[in-house]
Amino acid sequence: MDIRWDILAEYAPFFLKGTLLTIGLSIASILIGTILGLFIGLGKLMRNKLLALPFSVYVTCFRGTPLLVQILLIHFAVVPLFLGETNAIAAAIVTLSLNAAAYIAEIFRAGIQSIDRGQMEAARSLGMNHVQAMRHVILPQAVKRMIPPLGNEFVVLIKESSLASIVAAPELMYWGKAMQGQYFRVWEPYVTAAIIYLVLTLSLSFLLTRLERRLATE
Amino acid sequence: MIKVEKLKKSFGSNEVLKDINVTVKPQEVVVVIGPSGSGKSTFLRCLNMLESITGGHVYIEGIDLTDKKTDINKVRIEVGMVFQQFNLFPHKTVIENIMLAPMKVRNVPAEKAKAKGLELLRKVGLEDKAEAYPDSLSGGQKQRVAIARALAMEPKIMLFDEPTSALDPEMVGEVLEVMKQLAKEGMTMVVVTHEMGFAKEVGDRVIFMDGGVVVEENVPKELFENPKEDRTKSFLSKVL
Repeated sequence: MDIRWDILAEYAPFFLKGTLLTIGLSIASILIGTILGLFIGLGKLMRNKLLALPFSVYVTCFRGTPLLVQILLIHFAVVPLFLGETNAIAAAIVTLSLNAAAYIAEIFRAGIQSIDRGQMEAARSLGMNHVQAMRHVILPQAVKRMIPPLGNEFVVLIKESSLASIVAAPELMYWGKAMQGQYFRVWEPYVTAAIIYLVLTLSLSFLLTRLERRLATE
Repeated sequence: MIKVEKLKKSFGSNEVLKDINVTVKPQEVVVVIGPSGSGKSTFLRCLNMLESITGGHVYIEGIDLTDKKTDINKVRIEVGMVFQQFNLFPHKTVIENIMLAPMKVRNVPAEKAKAKGLELLRKVGLEDKAEAYPDSLSGGQKQRVAIARALAMEPKIMLFDEPTSALDPEMVGEVLEVMKQLAKEGMTMVVVTHEMGFAKEVGDRVIFMDGGVVVEENVPKELFENPKEDRTKSFLSKVL
């Protein structure tokens, strides 16, 4: 098997554009998903079961259905409902954010619940109210424990952004498929895409490991 | 200073405290002893509402904790608590542990809070550990930091929930020493403990609890040497 370097060179600018969009989709979804996830996680922790119910239903629905189905639904049905027409990039960001939020909500909930009850009691016994205790005592400790599972979730999100190619969002995988379609070659486009995804996820892991080390207290 | 009237506390159908009546006067050191499961820790935790109160009243300086209008956070400022498991904040250094509540709750400026914190650390003999993280301290050191942290809020009352029960035997002394010092300075204290020596030496009054009731209370000398109730006698014969 010989490698067609010429078509790789021809597609290099497209792969670059696609990679940038993949990074953009991922960063936007990580940010929106994390903020949304924090609120949904706190919502699920509410003592009032009735108030907590909608948040539980949200997590159940988004965790329990395939991302591919969600992308198609949001792209062809939900976004047109609100905007009149659809937009692949917006649909991809919305879907990835909503989906990631469900998983991140569970990471937040587990992180908060993993902190010893005595920490909240100590904070409250010093006169702090619930919000102060959460903000200064519980959350900083919980976030530290959440970094490894959050890192996992972010890596998954980068990879799953490739599903946006199904609705023709011109990200990395989209250009891989275009190249395959034009030249009927499979190795060059897909191995190239795989290597780029690997570089992206490895860079993210590296950053998170650094962050974890910085937050260590010994 | 503290007045407990007909206090009742249940966990579900399990009644842990049945009709407790106790008064603590200013500058008094009251030691609560009793077998495990007697409700003595729950009693202590009701005094700052870490446990919700099922029935009766707890008054701290005349303020009824069970009154819905009472701002419990304000009351807790005046009531410091030291826990069996220390409960230091592991993500903060020793000095940050001490400064946090004064800064956030009392709005003390950082510099003042730090100066006060260092002074308290000197008092408990740990000023060289100000920048250390709790994980690097021994149990006795952690508990002394926890005492300093509670004192930083300048409470009028200190509650101690078995402060030496989680410590290695050789570290019990250093913590009791700090507590004795506090008692000498006139702090009002309620101490749940198994340290009978401390009860005898420092306590103004000893309360013996069993089965969710106060069985007997008296000055230490009388209670330890002349217990009136059979349950007190049998408990003391096992621990003394």
